[in-house]
Amino acid sequence: MLPLLPLLILLLSFLAGSAQTVISGKVKDGKGHPIQGASISLKDTYDGATTDSLGAYHFKTTEKGEQVLLATSIGYKLQEQKITISGATLHFEVVLKQEPNELTAVTITAGSFEASDTKRTTVLNSIDIVTTASANADITSAIKTLPGAQQVGESEGLFVRGGTAQETKVFIDGTLVNNFFFSSVPDIAQRGRFSPFIFKGTVFSAGGYSALYGQALSSALILESVDLPDQSSASVGISTVGLNAGFQQLSKKKNSSWGINYSYTNLAAYFAVIKQRPDNFKIPAFHNGEANFRIKTSKTGMLKFYGYFNYNQLGLRRADIDSLELKNAFRLTNFNVYGNLSWKEKIGKKWHLYMGASYSNNTDKIGNELQDQHNDPLNMNLEPYDTKSFQVRTDGELAQLKTVLERRLYGLSAIRFGGEYMYFTDKNKYSNQYVTNGITAADDHFKAAFAEADLYITNDLAAKFGGRFEHSSQLEKTNVVPRISLAYKVGNKAQASLAYGIFYQKPEKDYYLRGYAYNNLLYTKATHYIANYQRVSRDYTLRIEGYYKKYENLIKTYGTSNAGIIDSVGNGGYGDAKGIELFWRDRKTLKNVDYWISYSYLDTKRDYLNYPYAIQPNFAANHTASVVVKKFVTKIKTQFNGSYTFATGRPYYNIRYSNNAGKFQIADQGKTISYNNLSFSVNYLPTIGNTKSKNFIVWVFSVNNVLGSDQVFGYNYSYNGLRKDPILPTARRFYFLGCFLSFGVDRSDDVINSNL
Amino acid sequence: MKQLFFILLSIVIVSQGIAQSEKFTKAMTTTIATFDSAKTADDMLASSAAFERIADAEKTQWLPYYYASLSQVLYAFMKNDMSQADAYANKADDLLKKADALQPNNSEISCVKCLIATLHMLVNPQNRWQEYGPVIQTELDNAKKQDPSNPRPYYLQGQNLRNTPEQFGGGCATAKPVLEEALKKYETFKPASDIAPKWGKGQVEKTLATCK
Repeated sequence: MLPLLPLLILLLSFLAGSAQTVISGKVKDGKGHPIQGASISLKDTYDGATTDSLGAYHFKTTEKGEQVLLATSIGYKLQEQKITISGATLHFEVVLKQEPNELTAVTITAGSFEASDTKRTTVLNSIDIVTTASANADITSAIKTLPGAQQVGESEGLFVRGGTAQETKVFIDGTLVNNFFFSSVPDIAQRGRFSPFIFKGTVFSAGGYSALYGQALSSALILESVDLPDQSSASVGISTVGLNAGFQQLSKKKNSSWGINYSYTNLAAYFAVIKQRPDNFKIPAFHNGEANFRIKTSKTGMLKFYGYFNYNQLGLRRADIDSLELKNAFRLTNFNVYGNLSWKEKIGKKWHLYMGASYSNNTDKIGNELQDQHNDPLNMNLEPYDTKSFQVRTDGELAQLKTVLERRLYGLSAIRFGGEYMYFTDKNKYSNQYVTNGITAADDHFKAAFAEADLYITNDLAAKFGGRFEHSSQLEKTNVVPRISLAYKVGNKAQASLAYGIFYQKPEKDYYLRGYAYNNLLYTKATHYIANYQRVSRDYTLRIEGYYKKYENLIKTYGTSNAGIIDSVGNGGYGDAKGIELFWRDRKTLKNVDYWISYSYLDTKRDYLNYPYAIQPNFAANHTASVVVKKFVTKIKTQFNGSYTFATGRPYYNIRYSNNAGKFQIADQGKTISYNNLSFSVNYLPTIGNTKSKNFIVWVFSVNNVLGSDQVFGYNYSYNGLRKDPILPTARRFYFLGCFLSFGVDRSDDVINSNL
Repeated sequence: MKQLFFILLSIVIVSQGIAQSEKFTKAMTTTIATFDSAKTADDMLASSAAFERIADAEKTQWLPYYYASLSQVLYAFMKNDMSQADAYANKADDLLKKADALQPNNSEISCVKCLIATLHMLVNPQNRWQEYGPVIQTELDNAKKQDPSNPRPYYLQGQNLRNTPEQFGGGCATAKPVLEEALKKYETFKPASDIAPKWGKGQVEKTLATCK
């Protein structure tokens, strides 16, 4: 019978097992607050409980001896504890540690507005950009309704916090875009070249941006292109300004896609109906082609290509300011090619690799001609008329490579580092009656290396430390800059952030291409200090941001002429900008209405170019405010969008060279009238929700400056300084009517999702 | 002697196995009962935790993981706190992955996948429709394919349609036939065992009642 003994013992132990032990206690977080809904259990048994609102738990078990008590709750780390059960009632207090988590952790936000689809801090998304009434589907026009950006109507670009348009750089999938806007036309702001539909994420940084980017004194606009489409589709569109057609093919396995788009824009019909202030002798016409492919290279890898081509021509004639009868005819032909190839992949568990390459080639052929009252060319030898007729051809090429490696550290912390190489080649060919073949060329091998660490000290406190090293062969100079930001969570949804950084930018290529005398040019420099408070919830966003920006080594131009001829350039300029900005967005208070309000106060002065001393630059207004409202009326399948922007007047100056004083002086100055723009747009979607319809139709109608308010962007002065002409928009109002169809894809998703 | 020992040993082992499986079934039955009668979000969370304890102790049974995930999602819907919904959905997804690994291509599991995607979408429908809309559709299609007799994918589809505005192709008119189809399938549906999924019929009747 001896061998049966263990069996009997075993059986006995089964019976004995039915005696129950009570285990109870409380679960708390690190601050001593009770955690409700935490799960407590004995490892590998059914026994356990869930805590009540006071964090208390209580359960019975038949287990004996050495056991492991497990405790966990969402957002906390799993806690294991060895215990011994001997029959007596047990009591355990458990403290759970918070698990760093992207949803609850503080985020570093000073200076930047994220408009991505996935991030929690979304302020504006792609659809918001398209449905902003004043924007007419132009990315930067929508960005102008955010705090920090100026309402500048006479030239393109984003003028941010007292900075010029050149101080804002645009990046697509990590790499710099050289000609983001259509080529400049005197006194008329140009649109961005790229459709907002090709981007899924937008980060607008009004200062203090990451060390991964450089060469922008004020601001970075960082765009991320879309991934694979949901399905194959074809689209066509017709509007008051042109036609477009496109095709997008998704592979059967849904792991690759390719697409092409073509659009033709011609303003002939529009200009025939809506009278324009300039005489458009060559109606603007644009051919625009795009091609893309996207391949999922693995579960975590994505290869994307986007290619763009544009050819456009325009010509416009205006009265010459220095005479009563003469005219100035400006003609532009632009050819632009842009290609961007990027690859993202996860390597192992902790590493991410990002590589990007891009190439762009831009050619502008500009001709300016002095004409008589019959529009015939006129050659005069008298200043200033002698230099008014000229031809210039500029060629600009940029090839670049960028690599970023990211390694995840503990929790959400990560380090990123990498490098970039850019090769710029620019050529200028200029001729007028004195110069027959003035070719100048400049090239720059620009290299940068950067590193950045996101450190989550706790879930509530995060810091970002970055550094950047740059070298330009053109300047033959190196710089090393620090970037630091801190963010601290001050409540459930609120956080405060600080940012500091130094930003360098090389002087614009023009200074190298126009044959000016220059000696040892330096990087221009800006130092940013930013403090920010924000509260973000699902329905509301509130941001308050204050900043101080200091400029050093800005470009100064020297000369003795009032016709704009510069003899030499140097780095003697300086300036500063400070201000406070507010942003409020509310998606809830008014039913089916989404609105945002932004306000910027800016106080800036700078001494640069030919300014005699530090003055408020002509692109800076002290107060700017915007209200944007959107409402979808389900019953009539129509979305109504309105926006109103106000800015106080901007200063204007006539800066003239005084022979007596031997320097530039302000001969005349003033302030423009304040800027008002009320815009309105309607989107009508007749087929929305009709599941049987394979086509999707969108009608768009918009009017800019509905009230026809007077808008003056500044003044041009005559050579002798006796006459000043206001710079006005080309027409009082802008109208747009278009109809867009897509086949094979129910685009109602886009609309439903913007209104749910 | 030796023989007797082995016979006795095997009896003990088998009976232990039976006891174990009885214990499992009993625990599941009582937890399913509390799950079925859960009135508050907290009740639902407690069920989810109880299922998870059974699942982690058993490790080879897909049903407790399935129920733990399902009750986690339902908890999130009842709690209706969108700032936490992603975390709840992720937790439910972790649990469901374990069920899916034990029982691949299961119609019931596809239904919960659909629910998890719906939860993720509801956090920010504007921006997430494009990402999760197709997932919801794919999982419903999978669920129908994997078990054509399962009424739950029809119920979920009908429920989604009921909650979509008429202008967008939803509303009672489109939801009703789907819900009626679901009800018909509930009449004939036979759960594989006492602890196999059988929920949803009451909700279908309730939803249909709002369409009268």
